[in-house]
Amino acid sequence: MADTPQKPSFHQKFFEKNSLILTLGVVVTISIGGIVEIAPLFYLNSTIEEVEGVRPYTPLELMGRQIYMREGCYNCHSQMIRPLRDEVERYGHYSLAAESMYDRPFQWGSKRTGPDLARVGGRYSDEWHRDHLIHPQSVVPESIMPPYAFLQDAVLDYSTITAHLRVNQFLGVPYSDEAVENAVADLEAQVDEFSSGYDDLIARYPGAQIRNFDGNAEVITEMDALIAYLQVLGTMVDFSTYSPDAEANQR
Amino acid sequence: MSEKHIDQETGTETTGHEWDGIRELDNPLPRWWLWIFYACIAWSVVYWVLMPAWPAPPGMQGFTEGVVGNSERVNVAEDMQALQASRSEFFTRLDAAESYDAIESDPALFRFALAAGESNFANFCATCHGAGAQGFTGYPNLNDDVWLWGGSFNDIRTTLLYGIRSDHAETRYSQMPAYGADGLLSREQIRNVRDYVLSLSGGTGFDAAALSAGAEVFASQCATCHGDNGMGDRTQGAPDLTDAIWLYGGSPEQVENSIWRGPFGVMPAWEGRLDDPVITALTAYVYSLGGGEAETAAEGAAGE
Amino acid sequence: MSQATAMPVKSSGLDGMLIGLICILGAFWSLMAAARGVDPQMVAHGWLMLGGFIIGLVLVVNAYSANGRVEETGLYHDNVIKAGAIATMFWAVVGLLVGVVIALQLAWPNIFYFEQFGFLNFGRLRPLHTSAVIFAFGGNALIATSFYVVQRTSRARLAGGLWPWFVFWGYQFFIVIAASGYVMGVTQAQEYAEPEWYADIWLTLVWVAYLMVFLGTLWKRKEPHIYVANWFYLAFIVTIAVLHLVNNLSIPVDPFGSFSYRVFSGVQNALTQWWYGHNAVGFFLTAGFLGIMYYFIPKRVERPVYSYRLSIVHFWTLIFIYIWAGPHHLHYTALPEWAQTLGMTFSVMLWMPSWGGMINGLMTLSGAWDKLRTDPVVRMMVVSVAFYGMSTFEGPLMSIRAVNALSHYTDWTIGHVHSGALGWVGMISFGAIYCMVPWLWKKKGMWSRALIEWHFWLATLGILLYIAAMWPSGITQGLMWRAYNDLGFLEYSFIETVEAMHPYYIIRAGGGLLFLAGAILMAFNMYKTITGDVSETEDEVTPQPRAIPAE
Ligand code: HEC
Ligand code: HEC
Ligand code: HEC
Ligand code: HEM
Ligand code: HEM
Ligand SMILES: [Ca+2]
Ligand SMILES: [Ca+2]
Ligand SMILES: [Cu+2]
Repeated sequence: MADTPQKPSFHQKFFEKNSLILTLGVVVTISIGGIVEIAPLFYLNSTIEEVEGVRPYTPLELMGRQIYMREGCYNCHSQMIRPLRDEVERYGHYSLAAESMYDRPFQWGSKRTGPDLARVGGRYSDEWHRDHLIHPQSVVPESIMPPYAFLQDAVLDYSTITAHLRVNQFLGVPYSDEAVENAVADLEAQVDEFSSGYDDLIARYPGAQIRNFDGNAEVITEMDALIAYLQVLGTMVDFSTYSPDAEANQR
Repeated sequence: MSEKHIDQETGTETTGHEWDGIRELDNPLPRWWLWIFYACIAWSVVYWVLMPAWPAPPGMQGFTEGVVGNSERVNVAEDMQALQASRSEFFTRLDAAESYDAIESDPALFRFALAAGESNFANFCATCHGAGAQGFTGYPNLNDDVWLWGGSFNDIRTTLLYGIRSDHAETRYSQMPAYGADGLLSREQIRNVRDYVLSLSGGTGFDAAALSAGAEVFASQCATCHGDNGMGDRTQGAPDLTDAIWLYGGSPEQVENSIWRGPFGVMPAWEGRLDDPVITALTAYVYSLGGGEAETAAEGAAGE
Repeated sequence: MSQATAMPVKSSGLDGMLIGLICILGAFWSLMAAARGVDPQMVAHGWLMLGGFIIGLVLVVNAYSANGRVEETGLYHDNVIKAGAIATMFWAVVGLLVGVVIALQLAWPNIFYFEQFGFLNFGRLRPLHTSAVIFAFGGNALIATSFYVVQRTSRARLAGGLWPWFVFWGYQFFIVIAASGYVMGVTQAQEYAEPEWYADIWLTLVWVAYLMVFLGTLWKRKEPHIYVANWFYLAFIVTIAVLHLVNNLSIPVDPFGSFSYRVFSGVQNALTQWWYGHNAVGFFLTAGFLGIMYYFIPKRVERPVYSYRLSIVHFWTLIFIYIWAGPHHLHYTALPEWAQTLGMTFSVMLWMPSWGGMINGLMTLSGAWDKLRTDPVVRMMVVSVAFYGMSTFEGPLMSIRAVNALSHYTDWTIGHVHSGALGWVGMISFGAIYCMVPWLWKKKGMWSRALIEWHFWLATLGILLYIAAMWPSGITQGLMWRAYNDLGFLEYSFIETVEAMHPYYIIRAGGGLLFLAGAILMAFNMYKTITGDVSETEDEVTPQPRAIPAE
């Protein structure tokens, strides 16, 4: 290390004298790490496990997911069960990358003010979700979750649902053309067990749960959509086809 | 290129430059700083050698797996196996237990079953049935001896395994008609039968004409499930309407609402979600809360 | 305000025309959005933005009224910085206030939930808080100080004529669109990147203008060398541009709809987001504020920077290593393990480069330590650097996977955030503004030094309460989640862990209230300084040397 500051160093001659070289130096320096870490996720086969059962969201679930985002549930709830003993016991099988591969954006979360929701699907009844969302303290007196009573009166606006599916399809989510065209019908069919669209919906979205989620048969509300979304969370993967020891799942 | 400048205070030389009055000393990098930095780098390199670290370049697959290697997923599977192993002795005994007595008569097993039951109840059941199993409107109290579907050890176990009106193929199922919502009865008729139902558990002050009209409706519509005397039917999960204990609330409005909409309480099935021995432990726990019944008592067709 | 060397600068007019054009195009699009928006939020935003662009246009035209535009006549372009200082203070109070509200909502959810205003629930207000403090308060502090510093250390006027004003107002406009969006439920639901696609595009435009103004000023500089504070500012501006562009890649559902879908999904989306999120910390909340430190500390204590050599080494290592550390936000998730390893090791390697800044900041005081006693502003900035050192020690610690297994998802993270945010970001910004205000408004000092003392102690006590509550809270929470009883079953239900947090949440809210109170005192002090007579003040600051531009 030279002790004579009089002799201008390389740094002084280049980076400190020319703002463009400095800018360029910064751009190069900050690009390396990001590229090395992010790019491989797109070409390494091991990034996403091969499992069966993960399907795109139904139109109703997709709209429910929007409500979830709009209300900022991700600020309190994670959707990412870590492979740690207590979490697996408390919440169920740890989350796989495959389970969120159609999620735009992902909703893994970073804070658990409330419990993880990655596998909440099927754990409660629709009625419980309704009671809980309308007034959480009515079922969990110590809860600090805010009430979302207004959702039961808010009529779901799904006028753009076809465009939602089309954008997803464009981005690579495997919605068939047929699914896009029938988005509105599928959405309406999902809240009505007796609808004529039942079979088509099931065929397009295997395992979809079809019923009146909010207990109000008159209108499709935001409550319908949100509960439909909550009830599908974590239920898609067929874990009998998944083995943690398999070479393909080592990552 | 820049003139020499000595900082008065410390007597050291600055770099000679000045910006808006700010100068810079050219102190060397602190030794300790440099050494800790090197140590962190060295530690990282060692870590990369040991653990999965560097991804393959484009066109290739895989990543450096590390000399030691590590997989959280394998680790947690092992952890779970160890956990299961530590519980296995009791689990085997629970699996073999056919009755509450069998568990209770083995103090160690009983202690284990209650502990397992308590822990799992808090995590999986308390959100609906309450932390003290006291229930909420729509979610039954499990402390009392009033049962919808039966309170024997095997009844409770069946309820837990398959749920009530759940999506399990073997779920307990029944459905009361939505007399109002589906237009089966008029509002007037519903009010009458409501008054009649309330009178069954000692409610007074009702109009006599309404009561007799209500009794008629009850006999023709309700008795098939709730029994001629309104004492319920456990094979259908139809509640006893004479005991003044209400799942959906006992105010006139609430009872009217129950008849109007035909309640459809759902209890999830736990088979597959929880291990079988855990379900057995939960059964013992719920049984022990106060209302457990002997096996034979539950075999009658109608309630109490 | 004119100085001996000042001369009026005539504008070329091109800047105004371009900005005017932007306003016209913007107004046109907004009108379409207001008329044809496919959702009510878009319609509302359409009207709001239309109003904004029209005001913008009026301002531009106004600048040219009379006979052509004459710029502010001082040596430096300071009016925009004055506006920036006021905006910083304004948003500080707003952001902290929302912070206190959400802290109270967690402590007493029934009292601080507003039935009639369902949209004012915690889930919508929390992003309002994070964005208001980071982007509105922090961002304005950065823009204002960077404009101040780059002019002084380059001995050049801000480049770009009206463009600095465009940056300033454009940025406020972005904040208003983003904040009103959150309240209406317009969000991309990714932390710190919540603004929707049209706000993102607008910010891109503003940010490019910011970069050009900053670079343009550097180009015009009369100093042979670029001062270290400017390296940090430049790295901050450039990197945030890259992060913002990549992480916000999305396709709107409709050109006049307020919703969009991310181009990346799932695990790729997750890593991109935390590459962004972590480096928002690294470049917005760290590099940028180091820029502030490198100017205001040596300036206020009138001592040379401790080590030039250290500043070079820590600058380059810091920006190189920071970028890699993002995966520490995704430990034990479905992100492949190799990436987690890289995130963890680079975070540990980041420790010393971070501390390089702390050493340079603290050691600059050598020979002037007595100022800690006498000058509350110096004390504020030094405490800030100490908190910086603390949170950059805590960060690498939390990046270690075994530690993160406990700390992740808990209040420990929140404690870490706020020791960095209140301690480092908050205190250094307050310090810089206390320095800048008398300099900008040509006053002898701040109106009241006693109030600065009060602010210092309120803020310090507030931070201590905040983090003293969040650490035990987080660790308790983490330990309770994983506690097993002696028979091998989970000891606590989730809701029991929620109950255990209650006392800590009350203490945290108290701490926040103190911190907010300090900021309000500061706003008042600032108001008095700007409008009042401060000839009697004890807070005498060294007048700015009237540097004469080299011809
Ligand atoms: C202030 C933080 C907060 C917000 C915001 C919040 N929650 Fe919660 N949530 C909680 C807490 C605390 C619990 C645990 C206590 C309880 O069950 O109410 C919880 C529990 C839940 C549960 C039950 C999970 C389980 O396994 O027991 C569901 C489902 C849920 N929340 C859904 C939501 C949805 C959907 C939203 C947004 C519309 C939301 N939450 C917003 C705090 C929050
Ligand atoms: C989604 C909420 C929910 C959860 C979670 C839940 N239950 Fe239930 N449970 C119910 C409802 C509702 C009923 C009543 C069903 C009916 O109306 O017939 C019920 C009924 C029961 C009954 C039968 C009571 C009777 O009178 O026959 C038992 C026993 C029971 N639950 C135990 C449990 C246990 C043990 C767990 C946890 C493993 C559990 N429940 C979890 C909602 C729930
Ligand atoms: C097909 C069988 C069936 C018929 C017919 C029926 N019920 Fe029910 N009833 C049930 C079942 C099953 C439940 C419990 C539902 C649950 O647990 O969610 C119930 C619940 C109720 C309740 C709520 C009890 C409580 O504890 O809150 C009332 C009140 C009631 N029935 C009244 C009537 C009346 C009055 C009629 C006739 C007009 C009637 N029921 C006809 C099966 C029936
Ligand atoms: C060497 C420097 C640092 C490192 C290695 C570091 C590391 C970390 C880690 C490990 C987390 C927790 C991630 C999780 O478990 O979810 C975190 C969170 C966070 N840190 Fe730091 N930190 C550093 C410095 C700072 C500073 C100086 C600030 C602020 C001024 C800061 C602000 C934050 C914020 C805002 C979060 C929360 C992110 C979220 O929303 O989850 N960090 N940091
Ligand atoms: C009056 C002072 C403040 C109070 C009372 C306060 C309160 C809060 C609360 C209650 C939360 C939510 C925590 C949770 O979800 O559990 C939060 C989050 C956050 N705050 Fe503050 N805050 C204050 C000041 C600040 C400042 C000055 C900054 C930044 C400069 C800041 C940055 C953040 C960030 C980044 C988060 C998100 C952390 C995460 O997701 O991990 N806060 N704050
Ligand atoms: Ca967070
Ligand atoms: Ca965005
Ligand atoms: Cu980070």
